[in-house]
Amino acid sequence: MSDFLFFIEVSLAGLGSGALLALTALAFVLIYKATRVVNLAVGEILMLGGYLFFAFAAGAGLSPWLALPLAVVGGGILGAVVERGIIRPMLGEAAISVFMVTVGLGSVLVGFTELIWGADPRSLPAFISTKPLFLGEAYVSRKIAVAFVVAAVVIGVFLMLFRFWRGGVALRATATDQAAAYSCGINVPGVFSIAWIIGCATAAGAGILLGAIGGISPTMGVFGLSALVVVIVGGLDSILGALVGGLALGLIQSWTSTYLGGEYTNVVTFGILIVALMIRPYGLFGTHEIERL
Amino acid sequence: MTGASGSAAHLRVEDVTLSFGGVKALKGVSFAAEAGKITAVIGPNGAGKTSVFNCISGFYRPSAGRILLDDQDIGRVSPPKRAARGLARSFQNIALFRGMTVLDNIKLGRHAHMKTSLLDAFLYAGRAAREEEELRREVEERIIDFLEIDHIRNQPVSVLSYGLQKRVELARALAMQPRILLLDEPVAGMNREETEDMARFILDVKEEWGVSILMVEHDMGLIMDISDHVIVLNFGEVIASGQPAQVQADPHVAEAYLGSGDPAALMKRLAEEAAH
Repeated sequence: MSDFLFFIEVSLAGLGSGALLALTALAFVLIYKATRVVNLAVGEILMLGGYLFFAFAAGAGLSPWLALPLAVVGGGILGAVVERGIIRPMLGEAAISVFMVTVGLGSVLVGFTELIWGADPRSLPAFISTKPLFLGEAYVSRKIAVAFVVAAVVIGVFLMLFRFWRGGVALRATATDQAAAYSCGINVPGVFSIAWIIGCATAAGAGILLGAIGGISPTMGVFGLSALVVVIVGGLDSILGALVGGLALGLIQSWTSTYLGGEYTNVVTFGILIVALMIRPYGLFGTHEIERL
Repeated sequence: MTGASGSAAHLRVEDVTLSFGGVKALKGVSFAAEAGKITAVIGPNGAGKTSVFNCISGFYRPSAGRILLDDQDIGRVSPPKRAARGLARSFQNIALFRGMTVLDNIKLGRHAHMKTSLLDAFLYAGRAAREEEELRREVEERIIDFLEIDHIRNQPVSVLSYGLQKRVELARALAMQPRILLLDEPVAGMNREETEDMARFILDVKEEWGVSILMVEHDMGLIMDISDHVIVLNFGEVIASGQPAQVQADPHVAEAYLGSGDPAALMKRLAEEAAH
């Protein structure tokens, strides 16, 4: 019986980190959907979100509840600057060139962070109570539960927006045919900016939640690679795919590291990627016309 | 209603030049599309017809010259703002939003004229709901009826035949409540029956909706039947313009399309061109 309880606890922890994966995957999906750019710097923007929160809360001594929105806004501003300064001038270039630019951007952000805050891991000021939470008899870390709820709410809001807000429809239209959208009166450059702003703000928010659980370090952007696995498996242009894929990968990673050992986590994660690419190269929920990189 | 419907617009292209690198796609092109008339732009492949269209709709920025919509220079206006001023277009290769239904595609045409903020969308009340309602009525009662696409309104556009997709594209352009409509090869690839339907729709758009029409087309029969004014482009220059019958009789036009017919003259012409 206690084995089963343990399994439930492991699974709940997996769902918690899975929700963060889904949230990060959402950042990939939003940007890809609007601009057809795979932004490999999402992981580093996530990391920077954690550090911005650290700077506002620990450095400037602000209340965590003020530092949180400031750091998210900071991520959004970074997104706007990157889109306007780097991505838009590359409009019409080959997808692979833009992709490589985002790889470079990721490295620049890591270097920038190490210059300012140093390479050592740090822990974020506590803003979520550490009191344990029990679901029935199963123990869940409160931080992980909070991360799960926040991620679930944010993803729910995005799903609603895409269905009911005309801006969401404009984004879908832009993704389908930029020229047609432009001539239908949709402000295509504006859609690009908004997608980058919201995508990067989402990544920054995920970074704060992730940092609250496991601390921050310049290398935490690696988390973005797991999220990339989620979007590739779930479909680069599918919000639902990000949600389902994120939760599934979180569970699988949690089970793997508990029952097989932590060293198997990456083997299994990227093994899933390889198998998925062999079976469904456009993702489980994605549309068929995505080009392969 | 914030739309710009009602009055047909007239459009003037003045001395427009467009270069891609060293290639001049357009060399000082000037013509006018009169309000409430159908103006056709014809010419052999590569004459610059689609380039002119892309300059007018704002995808290309001409290196010289002006584009005037109702005497206002729109050369530096972005495509969405041109749409809001009453300029709508269709594309040579159908540019519908695949994966969406016919109705969704048509609704997106109204985007140019809608003003709903993000906050309204969250509350989904007030103006958003009214606008939505108004839009739905207008779309359903007028455009869908007019273009006879009632039976397919909830189908995804990707499953429709080519001719129907062209019709949906026209519907979306009409939903923009244009004052001038740019049609890039509206009947290309259509069979006789589909072409006749489209010709009827284009004439009705002009007469019942009071919209000026500027179209690029290869189908000479259609052009002679429905257009009021014809402009002939060749190698990026206007070589003739006038009423359909006049243009048809113009020897320059026949030559541009067919060559002079005499092989020796053709060789001479090619040599002359090479010398330029």
